[in-house]
Formats: sequence, structure tokens, C-alpha cells
Amino acid sequence: MLGKGIIKGMAETARNFIGSYTDESRLTTVEYPEERLPQHENARQFPFLVYDGEAPMAGLRCVACQICEKECPPKCIYIVKDKAKKPDFVGKAQFQPATFDIDISVCMSCQICVEVCPFDAIKMDTEFELSHHDRFGALLLDKHQLAKSNDYYRRIHPSEAGAIDQRREEEVKKAEEKAKAAAAAAAAKAAAAKEGAGTSGDAGAADAKGTST
Amino acid sequence: MSDHSIMTEGGVPEVAPRHYEVTPHPDMEGEILEVAMGPHHPSTHGVFRMDVALEGERVVKLKPVFGYLHRNHEKIAEGASYLSSMPYTDRLDYFCSLTNNWAYALAVEKLAGLSVPERAEYIRIITAELTRLVNHTCLVGFLLMDMGALGTPLMYAFREREKVLDLFESLTGARMMCNYMRFGGCRVDLPPGWLDQARRVVADYPGFLDEFENLLSSNEILLARTQGVGNIGADLAVSSALSGPILRAAGVNYDLRKVDRYGIYDRFDFRVPLGETGDVFDRYMIRILEMRESLKILRQALADIPEGPIIDPKAKIRGFRPKPGESYGRIEAPKGELGFYLISDGSPNPYRYRVRPPSFINLTTLEDTCLGQTIADVVVILGSVDIVLGEVDR
Repeated sequence: MLGKGIIKGMAETARNFIGSYTDESRLTTVEYPEERLPQHENARQFPFLVYDGEAPMAGLRCVACQICEKECPPKCIYIVKDKAKKPDFVGKAQFQPATFDIDISVCMSCQICVEVCPFDAIKMDTEFELSHHDRFGALLLDKHQLAKSNDYYRRIHPSEAGAIDQRREEEVKKAEEKAKAAAAAAAAKAAAAKEGAGTSGDAGAADAKGTST
Repeated sequence: MSDHSIMTEGGVPEVAPRHYEVTPHPDMEGEILEVAMGPHHPSTHGVFRMDVALEGERVVKLKPVFGYLHRNHEKIAEGASYLSSMPYTDRLDYFCSLTNNWAYALAVEKLAGLSVPERAEYIRIITAELTRLVNHTCLVGFLLMDMGALGTPLMYAFREREKVLDLFESLTGARMMCNYMRFGGCRVDLPPGWLDQARRVVADYPGFLDEFENLLSSNEILLARTQGVGNIGADLAVSSALSGPILRAAGVNYDLRKVDRYGIYDRFDFRVPLGETGDVFDRYMIRILEMRESLKILRQALADIPEGPIIDPKAKIRGFRPKPGESYGRIEAPKGELGFYLISDGSPNPYRYRVRPPSFINLTTLEDTCLGQTIADVVVILGSVDIVLGEVDR
């Protein structure tokens, strides 16, 4: 019968229409600004810089190694190295960025910078309501705007941040042990030097060589 | 006189060159009419222009014009590291970013001699087949939209697509620009609960397909608009190097999943649907059937996926330099054979980077298919070819 297929189709649309009043799964949209879907933990929008502790600039994890700048596919990261160094989380003196800009009007949210960063310094934010009247200036974020605390990172990506925190704690522990061992060695060396000062210098020198490696 | 006028030096106005030299049929009254369909025609799937010469309502000449979305993808890739090109491949065929990732990863893996762990292979197959579902579902929606079904089929298609995109977002962090696969594996492991959610989506999908087919497959208007329209024979399809559903609709049994058996496709039990006449209806039907076969693969893969590592330990993120050589990696993308050809000279950047895009090559038979058809059918034929301009123009 001609028209049978059309009637079958109409029945299907009618079922969907009536279903939208009775079946929750037929209602597929949300009223966005008032109603929001929860974000996925993996969600990514634009990068931000992680800092530890209270002071954003002192605790910045970034050491201005410029790997992300080189690897960034659309080249939206701009870094200038500062001449002054600051201690990092294990106390080692590291470089820091004098300028760290990301042009998020160019950024394509690919997460390559996060992957290549060896210092866990740059991570993806989940903030997406960033529209602005100013087309250029407001979307060019400097390091002060980009810096966000580790607590924030832990809040938006809990499992990822947890793993990183654990690894860093271990590194701190290892560094402390190393420092302790170095201090002990230095003390032993000093003692040996004092002991051997009057008699023979050879034994002290050999001892120092052994501990320093 | 302003500088912009088209005057030659001699002061003679230059006549704009005509696009075609078409001689009207001797019996014809009136004259040939040239119509520029596009680049902003709503049913041209992006910024694509067809310069059509019409005799009445019949097409006597058709010239595809593209390049409006050219982004210099290949040259950019030659100046960037191997990893930096990965997010750009998402933007080729922006409906199927995961299959694009896979084809590129496959080419680089061949080049660098990396192996892929078993779990990563499974994840790749699951995401690729989900991508196929998304692509074919949306394509049918767009095709119906081209035929004048404003909204309903497309909205149903988008409703289902959203469920799959939700899976993609929870896995990769982005709905469309996934940037997920890496050389030698995948970027992150499946989040907890993802497999169950995927199983639910796969279990619900046949219900949607039945609903979709109820709505469409026997609809008299759809049959009248598609049957016997835009036939592509097997000879033309093979000699034009077509691939994908459009080739199989012509009755040629060629599916890279069966021919190359890349990844671990040889472990799965599925069939390749074939058409007979190669008209628009066959192309529509092939896609519905392919979705059902994809669901078969998905069910098997979701049941068998093992635990284990997801990336080859030899794979390096920083300082990746494959040894000099060349490779061609190809997969059966939802639109056809997607291939990446790479030449390495041992530096961090590829020396040559070439994409073999399926939608671009499938477009080459457009004029052959459209000649003699009415202008309304041209839109339907173009819709059934399944192009994405991001991939055609690159």
C-alpha cells in the first residue's frame, strides 16, 4: 500500500513525542545556564600553571625549560626565561619563567603541552565559560592569570593529581635522604680530615673520594 | 579609475572567462543556465561549491570547486614534530577524529617499528567502531536533511550520537577533537566504569537503529528520491579508486578491515555488506547494515578486552626520532581508505607527510554521477557520497 511507510514513520515520531512526556530517557536536553551536567574528570579546555603552597609565583612548578613552547602545535605559548633562579620542591635551584603567556584564542586544547612537561607544571583546566568582549588582550593570559594552586588541580582532576602528589612526595623523601647522606658524608669527611690532619693526608683523601661518588 | 577594476592595459574591459563551453541541445528552447551551488549552500556539507550548468532542470556539466577550508595541514606537519601533528589529524574529518588518529599512529608505528599492546589494540577497535557508528548515524541524518526531511531524522541521529560522544569525552577529554591515540598505544587508560557505560550504549543502539529504519527505510518519499538515483557502477568505482561504503554499494567486496586485517580485526567475526546497483539507496542501506556489523564487533571487543599496559614502553614522548625510511599506514575509516604516507630523514619532523583522504577521492566521480540528473538530485547524490570538507581541503 502506498503511504504505509510514511504512516509507520509517523507512528515512530508520535511514539517519541508522547514518550517525551512519560519517559525520562526521551528527554535528552538540559536547560543549560540554569541546569548543568557534571564535567567529566578527563575534561580539558585550556592549560593552566600549577603552583605549590600559598604564593603563586614562588611556588610555580614551571622551570621555563620551553619544551611545551617547542611542542605546542599552534605555537600559542610564549616563554622568556628569568635570569634569577629559585629553589624547586626538593630544594634544587631551577630557572623560572619571567614571562609565560598562553594565547587561548589560538590554543586548540590538544593537551600536548601537558604530556611533554617533565615537571607536572602545566595542566588542563576545565573552565569553559571564558567568552569576552575584548578579542585579543583578554584572551592572552599571562603567568599571573594562568597560575592556579595545586588544591584547585586536585579538585578538578582528583585521581591524576593524587598520583602526581604521591610521586612528588617520594621524590622529596628521596632528596631528603640524599641530603642526609650527603650531610653525613660531609661530616665524616670533616672528621676524617681533622683526624688525618696531623698524620697522613692520603687516607682522608681516599675516604673523601669514596663518599663523594 | 580605481585600481580594482578589471581593465587590461589597452583599456579594453576583460571579459570574465566562462566556466564551461557547453553546447545546448539542438531541440532545446532557451539557454544554458549556470548556477553556483555553494560555497554557502546549506546542503553542501561545508564550504564546497558546485558550478552547475543546467539545461532546464537537468545537469549538463558540473564542476566541483573546493579549497575554501584549506589549512595547509601537510606542510604544517612537515615543520612540526611527529607528535604535534596528531591533534591536527583530528581536524581532518572532524566527525571521526579517532580513526584519523589511528591511521596516523599506524603509519608512524610502521616507520618507527613500535608494537602496540593488546589492550590498546582493543581500545582502538572499540573507539574506531564507535566512531563509525557516529559517522554513519549522522550521515544518514544529513542525507535525509538534504532530501527535505527537516530536522526529525537528524535530531534522532544527534540524540544517539551524543551518547557516544559522552563516552569519548569521559575517555579522552574532548567530544570531537579527541587526540587520543599515541605512537605505540593510547594516551590514557579507560576510566573506571567506562566499559559498562559503553556496553549499555552498544546494547541500546540496535533499538535506535530499528526505530530509525522504521522511520526511514520503507518511507515512500525516501525510496522515490533515492532508488535509481546517482548510480555508480563497479567499473567506474574501481577505476576512480573509490573506497568505503560508496565502493561497497557498487558491489565491490573491498574492506580494509578484511583485506589488510590491520590491528586485530582478524579476531572478530563480522561481515561486509555489499550493494547491488550503487545508487543512493544502496549507499544509505549499506551504512545502516555496516552499523549493525560494527555493533557485532563492539560486542565481541567489549567482552574480550584484556587488562594490561596501554602503550609500548619503547615509545618516547619527547625526542621522538624514527630512523630514516618511509611508510604508508592505512585503515578503513568510516568514509573509506584513509592513508598517511610518511618519509622520515631521521630528524624530529617528517620529511614528507601526505594524507590520502577518502572523501576527496570519493568526490572525483561526482560529475559522472550527476550528469543528466535533476538539480534536486545533485544535492542528494552529494549527501550520499559523505564528504567532510576538513578532509577534502586539508
